[in-house]
Amino acid sequence: MGKFSDRYQGVLPLLLLLLVITTLFSIKYGAIQIAFDEIYSSLQKSISTRDDLTLTERIFMDIRLPRAVACVVVGASLAMSGVLMQALFRNPIVEPGLVGTSSGAAFGASLYFVLGATFKINGGVWTLPIAACLGGTLATTLVFFLARNKTSGKSTVVSLLLTGLAVNALFLSGVGFMSYIARDPQARSITFWNLGTMSGANWQSVTIITLSSVICLLWALRYTKHLNALMIGEEEALFLGVNIKRLQFVIIAINVILVAVATAFVGVISFVGLVVPHLLRLTKGSDNRFLLLGSALLGGILLSLADLAARLLLAPAELPIGIVTSVVGVPVFIYLLRKNHYYF
Amino acid sequence: MIKVENLTVKAGNKILLDNVSVDFQSGKMNLIIGPNGAGKSTLIKTICRQLIPSSGNVYYNGKELPQLTEAQLAKTRAVLSQNIDLAFPLTVWEVVMMGRYPHFTGKPGPHDEQATEEAMRFFDVWDMADRNYMTLSGGEKQRVHFARVLSQIWFPVPGQPRYLMLDEPLTFLDVHYQFQFMNKLVELLNDKELVVIGVVHDLNLAARFADVILMLDHGKVLAQGPREKVLTKENILQAFKMEPVIHQNPTTQSFFILF
Repeated sequence: MGKFSDRYQGVLPLLLLLLVITTLFSIKYGAIQIAFDEIYSSLQKSISTRDDLTLTERIFMDIRLPRAVACVVVGASLAMSGVLMQALFRNPIVEPGLVGTSSGAAFGASLYFVLGATFKINGGVWTLPIAACLGGTLATTLVFFLARNKTSGKSTVVSLLLTGLAVNALFLSGVGFMSYIARDPQARSITFWNLGTMSGANWQSVTIITLSSVICLLWALRYTKHLNALMIGEEEALFLGVNIKRLQFVIIAINVILVAVATAFVGVISFVGLVVPHLLRLTKGSDNRFLLLGSALLGGILLSLADLAARLLLAPAELPIGIVTSVVGVPVFIYLLRKNHYYF
Repeated sequence: MIKVENLTVKAGNKILLDNVSVDFQSGKMNLIIGPNGAGKSTLIKTICRQLIPSSGNVYYNGKELPQLTEAQLAKTRAVLSQNIDLAFPLTVWEVVMMGRYPHFTGKPGPHDEQATEEAMRFFDVWDMADRNYMTLSGGEKQRVHFARVLSQIWFPVPGQPRYLMLDEPLTFLDVHYQFQFMNKLVELLNDKELVVIGVVHDLNLAARFADVILMLDHGKVLAQGPREKVLTKENILQAFKMEPVIHQNPTTQSFFILF
């Protein structure tokens, strides 16, 4: 934002560098270690001849690399959605998991797992993300409308969080019901997926998540100024020429796409959207343009680290990544609640 | 100028403004006074389109309010309201720069930085440019917002007057800053083509600084004009149910009201 924004400078390149380093680490370490020259050689071979890859090289190309990229784009998606929701609701403790998006997406996806298998519905690769998007949209819209005060048409953060709690419970019990009526393999995939797991990452899902996160980032960047104005209040933003209704619609739409597409493939991963923007705010202020770009990078870094921990802590077995992020995220959430009385 | 024509505003069955018609001239300090519930805030909020009238019209420079978009309005009209609060850390510079948002897309230009800096210097907040807004005192915050709304209408727009709406702007200020702010407004009015409409509580402040006073009572216009015409014993008694003592000295230009 012009002058006095020097404090933002240098942070983004630093985060980018860190992202590259963590990604390299998350590729290198795991049940099998991959040497850097093997990474190099397999990249070289994949350009020329794909057939004569060694086992390690194939692990790298087909498992490690897509998984590493998935961590980056999923982390970026969740963190960006955290920034957007916090700006929209003018509250730093809002995150997509709290306003129903994640549980709605989980319900949509579990519906697809069970009904899709039973009725042999198969609409190709897009069916799962679309089912998750529909569920996420339904739950988020429900929270948003139910939380609104009947007379003033406004929603306080307390009513939003409480409504979010109720709607989350409703949709998660829907997920529970689905896994109850599901046959064994489906139930297993629902359970895994509820805790979040990066192990299913393949090039197809990575491509879809990458597309959605890049499109949403570019789309959201056009609204950072409007979101900044919203920080001083809805009415003030209106006086600065912001079309509030349209802004709310666009931001919720972006948020639903980001969260639902990521959730569709890797399951429910909570607290990334809460912790990442908060860490950036602690150090560097609240300009949404900076926060959005910074969160995309830092979200990628933190989710890569969480995934590394999920793989290494119980190696050769693997923890669901959602457990790792919750163990780190919950204390931060409670700390924020206790520290900042004026957030309400 | 701003013209209000036959404006009626209701909240449910309660009539907040009853068929009000007034003009606010450019280059004049227009201050609105009246007892609680008289419709002062309702009037300024309706002019700012925060409230939609059940009948009647508001005209900005001859144009009907419903025909103007928020983006168009924001280029020439700034509004300062009460109780602005932030839940996020921002620097004072960033808050004031928000006033320039209607004027640029993407990044602020040198023009915007100039307006921001000049408005900040005008209200003595330039020295805190780099400070965190959340750590300021109530009075400092209020001055930051003065600078913000002023930066929004800092430069003239060809062929159009600029508007400044103030909804009880002096609430958090001590008497020194109240006078400083009003004096600055008078200074601004002298060299900018500006329509200023403000709601104030303090009758003496209105008497001292207003060019035109509008007194409302029960959603109706009780009187509009210069202080001698509006701040009469009869009007004050009717509106505030208090018997005033009015001191007036034409040679020293002093005018004040005691209860």
